[in-house]
Amino acid sequence: MSEPNKNNKKEAMFSPKNQKLLSNPLGKDNPITVQVLGICSVLAITVQLRTSLVMAISVVAVMGLANVIISILRKTIPPRIRIIVQLTVIASLVILVDQLLKAYVYDVSRQLSVFVGLIITNCIIMGRLEAFALNNKPWPSFLDGVGNAAGYGSVLLMVGFFRELLGSGTLMGYQVIPNFLYDLGYENNGFMILPPMALITVGIIIWVHRYRDRNLVDIS
Amino acid sequence: MTNRYVFLYASAMVVVVALLLSGASTLLRPLQERNMRIEKMQNILAAINMPASRAEAEELFDRYITTAKIVNHLGEELPGDAFEVELQDEIRKDMAERQLPVYIANIDGETFYIVPLRGTGLWGPIWGYVGLESDMVTIAGANFDHASETPGLGAEIADRAFEEQFRGKRIFDEAGNFRPVRVVKGRAPAGDLYAVDGITGGTITSNGVTNMLRDGLEAYKKYFEKIKTS
Repeated sequence: MSEPNKNNKKEAMFSPKNQKLLSNPLGKDNPITVQVLGICSVLAITVQLRTSLVMAISVVAVMGLANVIISILRKTIPPRIRIIVQLTVIASLVILVDQLLKAYVYDVSRQLSVFVGLIITNCIIMGRLEAFALNNKPWPSFLDGVGNAAGYGSVLLMVGFFRELLGSGTLMGYQVIPNFLYDLGYENNGFMILPPMALITVGIIIWVHRYRDRNLVDIS
Repeated sequence: MTNRYVFLYASAMVVVVALLLSGASTLLRPLQERNMRIEKMQNILAAINMPASRAEAEELFDRYITTAKIVNHLGEELPGDAFEVELQDEIRKDMAERQLPVYIANIDGETFYIVPLRGTGLWGPIWGYVGLESDMVTIAGANFDHASETPGLGAEIADRAFEEQFRGKRIFDEAGNFRPVRVVKGRAPAGDLYAVDGITGGTITSNGVTNMLRDGLEAYKKYFEKIKTS
């Protein structure tokens, strides 16, 4: 990154401003814990870490690409049908992802079932297209998309981690709670497997997040 | 921007997207179909209590499933590849025209007959496989799956614990009359060979399983009787 910039007129690829696009959604602009968007899918697919991970990767791919495509097209898109264009782009990408999952990771695609299709309705994606990609160049848009998807994915992984660990005693399908603890009377918390516990876990993550970043507390 | 531009833009977009998606679908279809075949093999093997991972499903299927054939409702053999028969199309046809697949497994000298079933749950289709022992009366195992039953309620039919209950249950009574095992509401009476526990909160799906077993197995009745007497 310390390479001399070949084209001086252009902004550096990872200028501080661009870095912020990537890092802000992970922290103070997190789509889930701060903007409270995309909660529905968090409840549905975080029973296991594996599905959370695949979902996170899928959303990163869809969001990064959708932002780039809309950004490239931004000057040609007729404003009157821009929402339709955005939806078409997102829907096509999601179908592509779904087809790829079915072809290469069939088990995971079965577990995610309808939720891959529901990426289309993830309001974070359309929100970023509308708020960012329509007015910015492809590269910053790409960073913004990936950043927001990663912010979403990071919460997904956290919730998935705790739900699988406490609910099933496994991580990525491998048992991690040693057998002697079960012998001592430890039991998996079946409640963690149910959707309401995802909501409570997200709530705790939001709480911790705000405790550590006091600037967020006064958002009204 | 004129209306003309908007229309042209939208039309061009649709054409590009259509080309892209149909291209992807054509390219990936062989892989997806292979995955579905493997899943079908896993389900058939699961019906005789032979859980197979995706990696070993094809090998185990080839080793244990010795015959796959199509019969009609009179128990007569029909030509064709049983594995390619789509039961969802068959159950819409008249009984006389149905092609009914049967898989015959041989595990260490013991013969099992596996038949596919398809029915309706609460929200959508349910399906499964039932494995019969060579007396054609006792169920060796069952495997169910569903498209969209409620998780935690109706979806429990795909749970191993639910499927395990069918082991040892019967589909013909002592006199040889057709009497398929039923999923009853609440607990099945202890020792009842013709009933299994229903799913609390999943009554309609449970009834769907009962109906699927009754209608599905009935089509094979003549075939089963033929084997029993031969």
